[in-house]
Amino acid sequence: MSGHHLAQLNVGTLKAPLDSPALADFVALLDPVNALADASPGFVWRFRSEGTDDATSERFFGDDLILNLSVWESVEALWEFTYRSDHLDALRRRREWMVPMTGRFLVLWWIPAGHVPTLAEAGERLDLLREKGPTEHAFDFRTRFPAPA
Amino acid sequence: MVVHSARGGQRFLADNGEVDEADIDAVGALADPLRRRLYEYVVGREGETSRAEAAEAVGVQRTLAAFHLDRLVEAGLLATSRRKPSGRGGPGSGRPAKLYRRADRQVDVHLPPRDYETAAHLLAEAVQRSGAEEALYAAARAEGSRRGSAAPAERPVDLDRLGELLAGLGYEPAAEAEEPRTLRLRNCPFHTLARAFPPLACGMNLELLRGLLEGARAEGFTARMAPRGEHCCVAISKNKNS
Repeated sequence: MSGHHLAQLNVGTLKAPLDSPALADFVALLDPVNALADASPGFVWRFRSEGTDDATSERFFGDDLILNLSVWESVEALWEFTYRSDHLDALRRRREWMVPMTGRFLVLWWIPAGHVPTLAEAGERLDLLREKGPTEHAFDFRTRFPAPA
Repeated sequence: MVVHSARGGQRFLADNGEVDEADIDAVGALADPLRRRLYEYVVGREGETSRAEAAEAVGVQRTLAAFHLDRLVEAGLLATSRRKPSGRGGPGSGRPAKLYRRADRQVDVHLPPRDYETAAHLLAEAVQRSGAEEALYAAARAEGSRRGSAAPAERPVDLDRLGELLAGLGYEPAAEAEEPRTLRLRNCPFHTLARAFPPLACGMNLELLRGLLEGARAEGFTARMAPRGEHCCVAISKNKNS
């Protein structure tokens, strides 16, 4: 490894409150999908709200924006979990639960291995991607940048 | 004329929109009937193929098979690796054998030039931006059903018949050794789209296959999302109770 890890933030807007019947399938998938992430090759860390096992109660970016913040050994490891595991089945159904986002809702960036990204820092990276498009400081799956040497 | 040879990465037609000369050469390399049989044998197998296996399969001398296999490599249709045959490691086990498999590259030849690939990516982007996935899934399901009902089939549809139907659509189905009730689809007909828009393209494909099962009245089977490796994201299983 290069001494760097990949950080990832994505945000989304739920169609209904988490405790509503419309979101029941989504809520039921949280624990198994989080467990799948934790056990995936290349998984390093994911953000959890204090005193909980996940980030679903966190509203750092706005009252209706839920978020995921996680760290992986490589872009490929994150790609495999995101799109080549049972997580894909949840993504396929996202319109049942999530409002379509205008603009970018996912950002990737490199961090020194061992660094724990903060929500504020993650938000800055998303802003950077939205302002400047993909750069080595903030990018996406489609336009990837290698880890710093 | 459209030839899809492989599971390439994201790739459009040549950037200037013209048909790539190398793609035409690749198609030309398949004009020889023996070479074409060798190509079909190699890409139809799960792992890698040795010269000896390919020669035996098509019934020719090993040197002749090797000549044609290497022409397919030059044309970019096959890729090679060298590995010692399994179970024969250590000193004195000889040179590693040359093994052949399908190249990652995708060959597109449209005459006259057509660029449905770019059109598909733009349409996918628009569906995603507007959140119209469910309309796409419904359209895919209807199209799958149409395809399934167009295929004449005896009742009840069994795993073999379903396999033929899927093979005809380019999925390259293969029964699982460890799960004989499950068909894995070795090729994704929407590969480059699925690389660029995984949830969208794989969700579309799942509905297409669900529709196909409905249309063919293959009631004893279920299509489900089960992404694995380079395979298509969908697996089709015979239901336990049927």
